[in-house]
Amino acid sequence: MLKKIIKTNEFFVAMILIVLCLFIGILNPVFFTLQNLFDLCRSATVMGIFAMGALIVIISGGVDVSFTAIAISAMYITVKILLALNFTGTVVVAIALSALIGLIMGLINAAIIAFFKIPTLIATLGTQSLFQGFLLFFIGSKYINNVPDGMLRFARTNLVTTTTSSGAITGLQAGILILIGVAIIVWFILRFTMIGRGIYAIGGSREAAERAGFNVVAIQFFIYGLVGILAGIGGAVFGSHYKQANPFDLVGTELNTIAAVVLGGALITGGKGTVFGAILGVSLVVVINNSLVLIGVPSEWQKVVLGIILIIGAGIPAYKNMMAEKRLKANLSE
Amino acid sequence: MTNQANNIQKTTGPSSNDKFSLEKFFKIQDWNLLRLFIITVALFILMSVLMPEKFPTLKNFRSMGFQLSEIGIMGIAIAITMITGGIDLSINATANLTGIIACIILNKFAGPDVANPQVGLAMVLAITVGVIVGALCGLLNGFLVSYVTIPAILATLGTMTLFTGFAFVITKGTGFFGIEAFQFIGNGEVAGIPMPLIIFAVIAIIMAIVMNNSAFGLRLYLVGSNAKASKFSGINNRAVLMRTYMLSGILAALAGLVILGRTNSANPDYGTSYVTQALLIAVLGGVDVNGGYGKVAGLVLAVISLQILSTGLNMLLFKYSGANFFKMFSWGLLIILFMIINFLSYQRKQRVKKPKPA
Repeated sequence: MLKKIIKTNEFFVAMILIVLCLFIGILNPVFFTLQNLFDLCRSATVMGIFAMGALIVIISGGVDVSFTAIAISAMYITVKILLALNFTGTVVVAIALSALIGLIMGLINAAIIAFFKIPTLIATLGTQSLFQGFLLFFIGSKYINNVPDGMLRFARTNLVTTTTSSGAITGLQAGILILIGVAIIVWFILRFTMIGRGIYAIGGSREAAERAGFNVVAIQFFIYGLVGILAGIGGAVFGSHYKQANPFDLVGTELNTIAAVVLGGALITGGKGTVFGAILGVSLVVVINNSLVLIGVPSEWQKVVLGIILIIGAGIPAYKNMMAEKRLKANLSE
Repeated sequence: MTNQANNIQKTTGPSSNDKFSLEKFFKIQDWNLLRLFIITVALFILMSVLMPEKFPTLKNFRSMGFQLSEIGIMGIAIAITMITGGIDLSINATANLTGIIACIILNKFAGPDVANPQVGLAMVLAITVGVIVGALCGLLNGFLVSYVTIPAILATLGTMTLFTGFAFVITKGTGFFGIEAFQFIGNGEVAGIPMPLIIFAVIAIIMAIVMNNSAFGLRLYLVGSNAKASKFSGINNRAVLMRTYMLSGILAALAGLVILGRTNSANPDYGTSYVTQALLIAVLGGVDVNGGYGKVAGLVLAVISLQILSTGLNMLLFKYSGANFFKMFSWGLLIILFMIINFLSYQRKQRVKKPKPA
């Protein structure tokens, strides 16, 4: 049992994460202050929500690079509508509206991918450009520096608060609850439902999944629709956290999220990946992006470190896989 | 412009000892190329009719010639990796890194003084080092893809982050300015023809010859269409992949040098949408995303048609502030529509091949 755990990718990533945290924490104790941990959680919330969507797509053997464009479009349109209506009610409406807009865009992705069998990377690169272009040309390209009241109140809602050394009060924002909820739902879908099995099956082999009786088109609609919803939710949380709607935000960061999911052990060729691993991957990327500064690594080196970790993280499983295949061949030829 | 396309198309067309007949020509040329040619001509006519005073002018052709080069070179760079069944997402990062390193060399050896006798030497050195940097970047990609067997999309995503990171480290996040003499490469003209266009044409012709008439080109297509078969027919797949990614890196570096010459500056995060555009060119140009197929002639036509579309839209929408955003929208639409058309025509072909059992 223990041996099995040690062999998993999640264990490996968790070890890297723990060692990195200890290393940073020993060099600079600020890392382990509550304030810093709250900041990390805040940064991880939006990426974590996106990562859940990216994870499902990657397990199904695809790549979706359009979710950031969906997120920013859904959020911007939502903010614009609610501000125009002078809506001051609960944030739930904002999140629901944003998720609905996300769902529509996700279904566009789904239709293109499922009906015309266009490779997912190319289809979503196309829709990324399409959605962002649509947003900026038809909806608006102006920066909005306030958000509806509900979103503001949501951003100010803290689960736990702490007083920093300078006397300011910071806290753990309630947004993290949304990430936890989303993660549990996705975990449940992947683990216990027929659709979840179907997602893994398509990722393993589309042909085999079809012959086994899975309705691949329906499952793909489910996948990309859900990714749209998650992107919409993530976008709304992002807008709340930063208290602004900038239509140029987010797009261009999608590869960071995908990198995090892959670091967490999801196979880019499909068929393998877990929610727990993806969360670990997101944590790792967030710690690298936010905390290397604490130990005196200049901010411009962050990308280099991230690149190296990504190459190593992708390289080790690929190398192990190749070696295993070689051994298998050697055994067969004996 | 269209002359250029015809010239290149001729070099990749049916060999000259065939007797030319229209029917034969269309049979040998694939339908994708013909369709693309019709799209290009149709777009050209459409824009010329919509703006008879502004669009079909020498001035406009020249300005289009300045613009299409860098993205065209990147399109070829990404396309050759796609033909082997992979992809190279790091082209733009490689181009930026090359531009920055070339910038440093130019400033160190020549400085701002145009009359400096070392200018020529500095330029040769900058170009040489730039190409070497591109080759090294490409070799790293090739190594990760062929020896470590990381899926190309993931490996080049990692190196993209890494190369951009190096660029940020070198510049500390800001941009560098080039020197005036180097601008000849990006803004100069020879006999009225824009220098970037000449560079692009030369690269396209060389690449067309490499892909169509060299042993390496043949191997590249074989690896892409069936890696196992090519391995058992004695081809060293790894060596082919190493060379392909190295070539892709070199092409990206050349694009970076053209950008440096045209904008006279180098930034670590310049042109982040170039990867999308390059991919669009590859897809429009008829490259099979599963590997094994793609022609340089198709890429050239794709670049030209895209440039006609962007320039035309810019002119049509010059009154609106968001012309660029509409361009983005239309690119996305185009990439999707074209893939759908390809899928439908492929399906029809399959149906013709396999008649329904009676």
